[in-house]
Amino acid sequence: MTLVFLALLLWATAWFVNVKLADSAQAQRRSIRLLVPTIFGLTIILVWELTVRGLGVPLVILPPPSLVVQTASENLPILWKDFVQTFLKGALRGYVIGCASAILVAILVERYSFLQRGLLPVASFMAALPIIGTAPILVMWFGFDWHSKAAVVVVMVFFPMLINAVAGLRESSLIQQDLMRTYAANAWQTFFKLKLPVAMPFIFNGLKISTTLALIGAIVAEFFGSPIVGMGFRISTSVGQLALDMVWAEIVVAALAGSLFYGVMALLEKGVTFWHPSQRG
Amino acid sequence: MTAQSVISASNLSLTFETADGPVHALKDINLEINKGEFVSFIGPSGCGKTTFLRVAADLEHPTAGQITVNGMSPEEARKRRAYGYVFQAAGLYPWRTIGKNIRLPLEIMGVSKSEQAERVKRVLKLVDLQDFEKKFPWQLSGGMQQRASIARALAFDADILLMDEPFGALDEIVRDHLNEQLLDLWKETQKTICFVTHSIPEAVYLSTKIVVMSPRPGRVSDVIDSTLPRERPLDIRESPEFIAIAHRVREGLRAEHSYD
Amino acid sequence: MRKALIPVLTVVAALVVIWYGAAVALNSAWAYNKAGRANIELTFSDLVKDTLSQEKPRLPAPHQVGIEIWKTTVQKKITSKRSLVYHGWITLSSTLLGFAIGTSMGILLAVGIVHNRAMDMSVMPWAIASQTIPILAIAPMIIVVLNSIGIQGLLPKAIISAYLSFFPVVVGMVKGLRSPDRMELDLLKTYNATRSETFWKLRLPSSMPYLFASLKIGIAASLVGAIVGELPTGAVQGLGARLLAGSYYGQTIQIWSALLSAAVLAALLVAIINLLQQVTLKRMGMA
Repeated sequence: MTLVFLALLLWATAWFVNVKLADSAQAQRRSIRLLVPTIFGLTIILVWELTVRGLGVPLVILPPPSLVVQTASENLPILWKDFVQTFLKGALRGYVIGCASAILVAILVERYSFLQRGLLPVASFMAALPIIGTAPILVMWFGFDWHSKAAVVVVMVFFPMLINAVAGLRESSLIQQDLMRTYAANAWQTFFKLKLPVAMPFIFNGLKISTTLALIGAIVAEFFGSPIVGMGFRISTSVGQLALDMVWAEIVVAALAGSLFYGVMALLEKGVTFWHPSQRG
Repeated sequence: MTAQSVISASNLSLTFETADGPVHALKDINLEINKGEFVSFIGPSGCGKTTFLRVAADLEHPTAGQITVNGMSPEEARKRRAYGYVFQAAGLYPWRTIGKNIRLPLEIMGVSKSEQAERVKRVLKLVDLQDFEKKFPWQLSGGMQQRASIARALAFDADILLMDEPFGALDEIVRDHLNEQLLDLWKETQKTICFVTHSIPEAVYLSTKIVVMSPRPGRVSDVIDSTLPRERPLDIRESPEFIAIAHRVREGLRAEHSYD
Repeated sequence: MRKALIPVLTVVAALVVIWYGAAVALNSAWAYNKAGRANIELTFSDLVKDTLSQEKPRLPAPHQVGIEIWKTTVQKKITSKRSLVYHGWITLSSTLLGFAIGTSMGILLAVGIVHNRAMDMSVMPWAIASQTIPILAIAPMIIVVLNSIGIQGLLPKAIISAYLSFFPVVVGMVKGLRSPDRMELDLLKTYNATRSETFWKLRLPSSMPYLFASLKIGIAASLVGAIVGELPTGAVQGLGARLLAGSYYGQTIQIWSALLSAAVLAALLVAIINLLQQVTLKRMGMA
């Protein structure tokens, strides 16, 4: 019980510290803006640890963070193999194929307004559907291995990426297109010098959204059938065995993979679209 | 010295079909613009001044009548890069430095890299932006961006400059400064300039010829040949001659009920 | 709207034609196999007839899916365990419950974030970061854990749906509540308005477009959450369960009819919210 009391005390103290930091004069500084959420996150983990141990919560319901870390460190080879299978083979390959084809189709669609008026409403419709439901069908067609997972990822990222890319390619203002006309520029010159750079912020928005969709698609697709390796596979079998510490370890890996993937895209975005108001702060 | 016609319009008309019926943006425009002139177009919104400029630039197509630029159709003239166009907004690409922005038309026209560098330096000097070649557009003020836009239009040595209210978005102090610089530029480069504006003092200060237009339908209501000398310090705007010409412009606008 | 109708219909018609073509192509292997074993030569029209009416095709033809949906919706009693309406309702109920919970909590948290700087600085970065984490992956765990402490049936799936709609609503609402500009906020300051009055008269109305955009994302996410929540524990009810059962027994037509029903459900839900959006924003003069 003392542990629970300690947890509450910790929560109250941390909140008090955060309030003081947030209301202080230095609140806008970069260091403080990183410190406050970090304190918040650490507090949650510590409170989790203390309450679970203090209340004696059974391990099959909620294991404490320390146990998760221990399980993770003991099972690094398995975690790594799962990561390679789901992320590197399934999610990443599907991501590249899906995003590249969406951008190519977007270029075609932008060129021909008939395609724009016909395809875009259909694409927005498809983007709202539970695409993940195509997983069993794709597993049936492409087999249990990473190919079907990549296929699911392709279908999941294609439509949001297409919509974003088309929006970006249409974004160049009329004045800038007129300017190109006065230079008697041909369609390729206008595309590479004007339309493509202007589309970049939108394309990166789509790329960032797609990182999350790719990981979700690959993991959930494994719930429908997978060889005996992979993050989704490990999660569903560990759940069946009630080995929840392993499940949480896989979740940590998934969370890390997801945020790193997104972070890499955000970094690339900063480099390519340095000129956009959103990047200039 | 006979005047050489650069832009020649006869019975030029442009009618837009809109949801509310036809809009006569231009009706029976007859106009001659000669080499080396500085011609201002002034009138209220909807009088067709921008439309006329755009037709000359082959950005719009007339529905009746004729117009030639340098003796050819506007499309031919555009393909031969006969003119530089300056829009109301600078329209500089934020992902290119000022220098690279000026290179944009030169890249499209296939000018060699060394020639590009030389021209960039030359036109930046003309608009007094030599120190800003490596800066980005968002690091410059509105007035400086417009100067860069003018430099870009000068970079490929077209004889004609078409300017559509380039200083409209700037405050009056910056505007005065830019007006002076534009006149100096004109004297130095001897181009033919067509300049659309809303401002009566600006039109009278800059031009050798003022075309007063009125709307519904868009037509020319007066063409005034300016009697002001070529050398014009800013305080010429208080001289009686200036005021007389401005008065004539104002009367022209009022007579056609341009204020309705 | 009318301008888009013909191109859209053309694209949809093209897709249906491609679907039929693909069905013939993908099912032909099986057809040739069968014919080979019975030593029959297949003409092209035979091939087409066969590939479009197989029992366990690799790719069911559109009409096969349509017939199956018809058989399991209109022609079955709603209370029957085979009725798609019944399964659809199971999935829909957890979707709606989860959506309601997630949205209301999301709005509450957004209001807190906008008005309390400590909450803003501690929680908002995590809300944004959580969008990069594949939350859906823990759906099986949540179901099993809640089942083991006695919470079964509707609620665990609803919790997954709630979680999935929660963060988009938080992020969207925060953006919306913060959308009024400096001028508008200063005006209310000159009226000596309280924070509560500013919230009800300015911030909340301004956030409506953002709210509806998030609601559309949220409801689609809630539906996906409910479907995935039906996958573990060999669930027997709901559209997700039908998907899973179909994939276990190779009943491809069943899979496709469940998938299509889920798609129709998603489209209907988003359309309803869209309608609400048009009506509300029109009345507010923001449409």
